[in-house]
This record gives sequence, C-alpha cells and structure tokens, in this order.
Amino acid sequence: MSAIRLDSTSELLLKANDIRVDIINMLLPAKSGHSAGPLGMADIFTALYFHTAVHDPKKPQWDGRDRIVLSNGHIAPVLYATLGEAGYFDKKLFNSLRKFGSPLQGHPHKGALAGIETSSGPLGQGLSQACGMALAARMDKKKHVVWCLTSDGEHEEGQTWEAVLLAAKYKLGNLVAIMDRNFIQIDGPTETIMPLESMAAKYRAFNWEVVEIDGNDMLEVVKALDAARTRAASGKVQPPLMIIAKTVPGKGVSFMENAYEWHGKPPNAEEAAKALAELRAARAKIKA
Amino acid sequence: MKLEANLFAAEMKKVAIRDGWGKALVEIGKENKELVVLTADVSESVRTHWFEKAFPERFVQCGVSEQNMASVAAGLAMEGKTVFFSAYGVFSPGRNWDQVRVNIAYNNLDVKFSGAHAGITVGPDGATHQALEDMAIMRVLPNMCVICPCDEKEAGKAARAAAERKGPVYIRLGREKTPVFTTDSTPFEIGKINVLADGSDVAIVACGVPVFEALKAAKNLAEDGISAAVLDCHTVKPIDKKTLVEFARRCGCVVTAEEHQINGALGGAVCEVLSEECPTPVVRVGMQDKFGESGDGIELLKHFGMDSAAIEKAVKRAIGKK
Repeated sequence: MSAIRLDSTSELLLKANDIRVDIINMLLPAKSGHSAGPLGMADIFTALYFHTAVHDPKKPQWDGRDRIVLSNGHIAPVLYATLGEAGYFDKKLFNSLRKFGSPLQGHPHKGALAGIETSSGPLGQGLSQACGMALAARMDKKKHVVWCLTSDGEHEEGQTWEAVLLAAKYKLGNLVAIMDRNFIQIDGPTETIMPLESMAAKYRAFNWEVVEIDGNDMLEVVKALDAARTRAASGKVQPPLMIIAKTVPGKGVSFMENAYEWHGKPPNAEEAAKALAELRAARAKIKA
Repeated sequence: MKLEANLFAAEMKKVAIRDGWGKALVEIGKENKELVVLTADVSESVRTHWFEKAFPERFVQCGVSEQNMASVAAGLAMEGKTVFFSAYGVFSPGRNWDQVRVNIAYNNLDVKFSGAHAGITVGPDGATHQALEDMAIMRVLPNMCVICPCDEKEAGKAARAAAERKGPVYIRLGREKTPVFTTDSTPFEIGKINVLADGSDVAIVACGVPVFEALKAAKNLAEDGISAAVLDCHTVKPIDKKTLVEFARRCGCVVTAEEHQINGALGGAVCEVLSEECPTPVVRVGMQDKFGESGDGIELLKHFGMDSAAIEKAVKRAIGKK
C-alpha cells in the first residue's frame, strides 16, 4: 500500500485544495494550458494517488505498482500537481510547465518525468494502451490494477469504442476506467457539440460494469475507488469497470465552474489572484 | 553475394513474401516467451494464424480496429513485451498513423509491425487496397525503421532482425507468390545494402518485388554492353548512405526501383542522400504520383512501369544524363 496514504476525508480535501492551488500557480506563468478539466478532476486524482492506488513515488518503476494511464493528456496540470505533491519530483518544477527544456511538457511525455505511464494528448488512445497493459498483466499473472482516466469528449473518437469492445471481449476485470463527465468540451457543451448521453447505458450495452458517482464528493469518490480496486485486484475474469464521475469543470474557482470558455485557457494575474483567494477561503473552511 | 543458381529459370520456386514473416514469428515465439502477436481480423492473409495456432495465449485478435491494435500493442510493449502486429498496409499504417506516431514512435517502443498486401501487385482488389504510400508515411517518423524485403527468405530474416532491434520497425510485405532468389546464406543486416550484382555504368537501387526485376534488367542490359550494379536496399530507413555514395561515385548515375509512389520512400531517400553527399543523376522507377486499379499483379507492374522493361528504360535515361 502507498506510503503516502491519507485516510481522513478532511486530509484528502486539504490535499485536493493544495493540488488546485498548484494548478493555478502552474498555469499562470505557463500562459497557456487548460484550467477547467484539471480543477474538476483534482478530487479524483487526490483520492487515487493519496488513498486508493498502490504505488510508491520513491520507486516509480516498481513492477507491482498500479498503472495509472491518463488518456486525456490536456489535463496534464492536475497530473503534474498530483505527482509533485506525492513526491515523484521536486515541486519547484511546477513553474516550468510548458517552458523550453522542462520535463513538464504541454502534454505528458512518458520518460520525461517519473510517474508518467504514457505519452498522451491525441484523444481516444489511452483506453487502448490501458487494455494492452491489462492484457500483459493477465498474461504474466500479475495482480496490479490498471486505471485509465478518460474524458467525456474523447468518447467522440471512434478508437475509444474500439477499445471498449476489446476490453469487454477479453473481460479485462483488472482494468478500471474513470470518465471525467463534466459535460464540456472546447467548442461548447458536449450535448450540443455531439450528444453523448446516455453514457451509462452505452457502456452497459457494451458489456461493461458501470458505476456512477459525484466526482467532487470526496467520500463518494474514495468509496467507489476502493470498491473498484478490490474488485479489479481479485484476479477474476470479469467485465471491466467504468466509473462515470460527474464533475464540475473548474471546481473550486467560482468564475470557472461550468463555463466551457475555461476548458482550454489559463488565468491571467488578476484571475489567478481571485482564484487563489477563493481556494484559501475554502481551505480555512475545511480546517474549521 | 550468394543467390539461387539458375536465377531466371522458369522453375524457380515462388513463395509469397508474407509467408516468410509468418513462419519467422513462430520461430521467434519459441525462443522469446515475451513475444505477443496481434492481428485485425486478417490473421490468415497476413500469416499470423500460424503463431495463433502455436501460441494462442500470446495472440490478441483485435477485430477490425487498426487504430486500437496499434495502441494496444504500445500498452503491451510498455509492460516489457516484444510486440508484433499485422494488417493490410493500406489500413496499418495507413489508418493508424497517429497511434503509431504518438504511442509507438514517440516512446521508441519495441513494436514491430507489418503492412501486408503492399504495392501494386496486390492486383485485383484495386486502388483502395494497394498500399503505395506506406513507406513514405513511416519513413518520416523519428525512431522508425522501415524495411521492405525482396523475397520470402529475406522477409524471415527481416522479422528476426526486427525482433532483435531496439525500437519500432515497420516491415512491408507483398501478397503475390514471387521468386525466392536469395538463400539461407545471403546476408541480412538492417541498414546495410546487399550488393547482388556489381557493375560500373549504372547502379540500380531497389527494394521489395522490383529487386528481382532489377536483376532481370541487369541481365538484359549486359547483352547491350551496359554494366549495371544491382543493390538490394531492403532497409529504406536508416538508409545505407556509405554504399549508396560509393556506387554513385563509381557508376555516375542511379536508378531507383520500388513498388511505391516515387515520392517519399526509396526514390526520395536516395535523392536526399545523393543530393547532399554526392550529386548524381537519378531516375526513379515506381508509381508516378497516381492511384492504381484492378488487374493481375504482374500485369499492373508492367502497366504502371515498375517491371524489368521499365527499369531498363530508366537505366538508359539515367546514363543519358551523365
């Protein structure tokens, strides 16, 4: 089990708050990058890396670790913030996001930084890679769990559904996918750009197990991830699991919440200051 | 260079290039327990069904999904597997270029994949199924190695060499039964041209099916008093610059021959090397920026000017440019 495991909800909420602060601080000097998705996913990343997943930041290549594949690479800031907070690398690197020579590439690059399992950015490819990892684990009778974090928008890519078919065919029960169902994409609301509902019905029809949760309710997230891990680590040949996590894009920063305009842009200095003030207030409330 | 005796005899044994690949996978699979093979619903056509039969637990049938297959292959390779996958060249790498670029080449993974039924000689299926651009789109990718074997024996050697090599390798295979003119003792080293015939008036640099056509052309040209060297440039990337420059200097002109568009693959690569290292007249034999059509493979090779007669004509043009 992870050496950095946090068990109380308030500790986890404080860590998620740290990660949101890191995201804002990282995006400001970068002057480009995505704000809404990373903030919305901060609770799930916290629960996964600081509670449920089995991994060791001191041994990033340890073979027994859970594989955490980020498919929608554009939410890299939340991955970097989480890995930095977990101790995979020096947090001083946060300031270098998207800068020349930095291992914090605009989209994650495997090998550039400890803890990054795959290179990602082009959408719809992560679930396929996670399937490959899950197949390898089964062939080698290994017990770790393969997690794949996906976005709702990337379900518009046909390849995602090719992977959904394959995972169901091979009953990759050691695979857990988590969908960031935040209902926004760059050009607008998902249901306007390309209607995706019902995601749960679609996955069930494709012979997956489906769980739906509020992705910003820490207690609910932790319970769902723990249950998913227990199921996936059982070694049973069983349907893969999709956790559809409804999240609020921009969560924690009032003027970014649910506004698709914040999908693909960073805050300016004034907006960052306002965001950080809100996060400080939220922190005080968690502590109280 | 050791080749079969009686090269141009009518009874020359003919075997499909893809068979060499398929047989080699089974052999490699016996030694390398980490070898995993994937196919997209064409296992018999691409000759991975022999591996499937021998090692069902290490075979993944992806269905008709070339993009998924390339990314699944990457996932397996990241877990330490040596991964081979196969489909038709028009679909893979034709359809999964982005997955090959980002998941496989960018990470420099040990994934080796074949594009089968490549070239005009796939014949009756028509233009949609004739992969004539596959080597060009693979050659531009960093870390990628591109091999185009000339016969069934060389395809087997290429598969074994690919398994040994670090990083991704694309191997292009034809469907038609073609003469097996190399032997078990013909050398094969990735990135090293095989000089099949020496010559001093022109160097014919070929890959794939046209290598045998080049040998035929050289024989006919000799009767006209033209001494043509025949170079089997099976590795299109990384290309053997040293041998190319050596023969360009010696012969003063070059003809390239491939079953591919003249832009972007062997012809393009040879022109790039020679224009930088040793400016030399080059005439490129291949598909002249056109799409193909249905017909018998050998008939099409002739119609679109990639057979021995077309090579002979090109040689005369090249000599005229000296």
